[in-house]
Amino acid sequence: MDILQSYGAILIGAAALVGFLMAWGIGANDVANAMGTSVGSKALTIKQAIIIAMIFEFAGAYLAGGEVTSTIRKGIIDSAFFVDTPELLVFGMIASLLAAGLWLAVASALGWPVSTTHSIIGAIVGFAAVGISADAVNWAKIAGIVGSWVITPAISGFIAYLIFMSAQRLIFDTDNPFKNAKRFVPMYMGLAGFVLTLVTIKKGLKHVGIDLGAMEGYAISVAIAVGVAIVGRYFINKIQIDEKADQRMHYASVEKVFAILMVVTACCMAFAHGSNDVANAIGPLAAVVNVVENNGEIAKKAALAWWILPLGGLGIVAGLALFGHRVIETIGKGITHLTPSRGFAAELAAATTVVIASGTGLPISTTQTLVGAVLGVGMARGIAALNLSVVRNIVVSWVVTLPVGAGLSIVFFFMIKGIFA
Amino acid sequence: MPSNSFLGVFAKSPLKPLEKHIDLVHKCAKGLLPFFEAVFNNDWQEAEQLQRKISNLEKQADQVKRELRVSLPSGIFMPINRQDLLDLLSQQDKIANRAKDISGRVIGRELQLPPQMHDQFVEYLTRCLDATGQAQTVINELDELLETGFKGRELRLVEDMIAKLDTIEDDTDAMQVKMRRMLRTLEQDLNPVDVIFLYDIIEWIGDLADISERVGSRLELMLAG
Repeated sequence: MDILQSYGAILIGAAALVGFLMAWGIGANDVANAMGTSVGSKALTIKQAIIIAMIFEFAGAYLAGGEVTSTIRKGIIDSAFFVDTPELLVFGMIASLLAAGLWLAVASALGWPVSTTHSIIGAIVGFAAVGISADAVNWAKIAGIVGSWVITPAISGFIAYLIFMSAQRLIFDTDNPFKNAKRFVPMYMGLAGFVLTLVTIKKGLKHVGIDLGAMEGYAISVAIAVGVAIVGRYFINKIQIDEKADQRMHYASVEKVFAILMVVTACCMAFAHGSNDVANAIGPLAAVVNVVENNGEIAKKAALAWWILPLGGLGIVAGLALFGHRVIETIGKGITHLTPSRGFAAELAAATTVVIASGTGLPISTTQTLVGAVLGVGMARGIAALNLSVVRNIVVSWVVTLPVGAGLSIVFFFMIKGIFA
Repeated sequence: MPSNSFLGVFAKSPLKPLEKHIDLVHKCAKGLLPFFEAVFNNDWQEAEQLQRKISNLEKQADQVKRELRVSLPSGIFMPINRQDLLDLLSQQDKIANRAKDISGRVIGRELQLPPQMHDQFVEYLTRCLDATGQAQTVINELDELLETGFKGRELRLVEDMIAKLDTIEDDTDAMQVKMRRMLRTLEQDLNPVDVIFLYDIIEWIGDLADISERVGSRLELMLAG
């Protein structure tokens, strides 16, 4: 108890700093995954991708990041074990942030595709199970989270498959694909706008202090969906058939319409990424702040401190601004033969899945979901070639991340405990 | 490419190189027309130069073939079967090899056709090249097939194209019979060894269409699977 009173400000400061750095790392690194598909299919330039990512990552983090943050803050650990020693929770959360941050830095330097979500969950479970007691971990919740890591890629793959098939049915396999693209693409835009707004209103806004009724929520979502569709339609109507390009590839003009759609799905993807991944950086921070500000009392009901979500959002944006350019530039060159119609199906499916998961407070991995979506489009015979060996590597590195995150956080936990003891 | 992004999942598309390969192959086979023109004019210097051009294009096609093969590791996931694709590629490659064999054999023996046969021979060769051209057109539809997920209208369109390829091949078969019959009526006045080789050449030119048809049927198999 004394520790929290005498060192409270330092502890919050340290947690905020590490949390900010973590958010910064997420912005610099993960954003490549969120925006890469758009840049790779040439729907966006790098500059546009960065600007979209900055705006929508922040919006996603601020407006819809609250639920997942709560899960990480208080859903994984049973706070009953910390009633007498709240400082241990503070140490553990700071240790978890350090562990996840360090592991991410190492993995990025070595070029391993690791998941921020997995590192932080592994880290929190690690310090709680070993540093405190195996019973301190809410294992039922953990089982749910780990289960979601398996289920969400499958769900997003299934959604991507359906979206891709619907685009085939409505647009590609018709007499006049270009005309049908102009007609149906705004509807996809509207759908994307609807899902995002609805989840944000239903689940996200209460953490920002806005509470809307159910009917109002639906009304606003529909209004925004229609608005998005109308604006999209305006831009789509400006596209002309490019006869010369069409001779080389019959669907060149159709793909141009999808490129506009991809601007919308890229926004969704950035928003979804912000909403889910910001919690990895600020969830532990929120826990620290909560404990310290309540003088060691672990309040179950306490609201998120107002400055935490924007801090995470700013961290992500700062990372983007500094390193996003370089990261996105390198990936833009790598992808071949990913046309906007495929990219859109994958992005929309992944973004929808992630946003819904964010709404229910499940910390899932954006990258995993995206890989699932891409495989879904691949199953529909929509992508020329996929490297399954790379998929395997990704899965392996995710599995490895859990014990490594746990091990590191245990080490840091005892170190911090030793310093203050 | 930073491998810590998931985008390494996207492998290089095999369709573009496949299209590039058939483009080279068709160009290589088409080189036979000016080549035989030079031969008919007894301009062996020119013919030799054109033969080198054919052989050069065949080498380029080989290069593309090799690059494509190494870019298809077994862990690759494609909308089409990997083995079918490799089979298709090797069939395509055989067209270029045939074209090179034909020109090489003619140059090597300074083989001359009886002048009475020239017109019909050019007609026959042109029809066979129609077949390689049609194979090229069909393979170049792979882009569009991918766009439509290898089904629907586009698939039917390609199937029609393959049917047309079969018709062209039937034509060349009939023409080949006529060519052989014509050669038979002339053979007693010719050098017997040359005659044997001429029969070979006629057959090999027919092979251009035969193999093109096989390219079409491989593609059909690939699309069915």
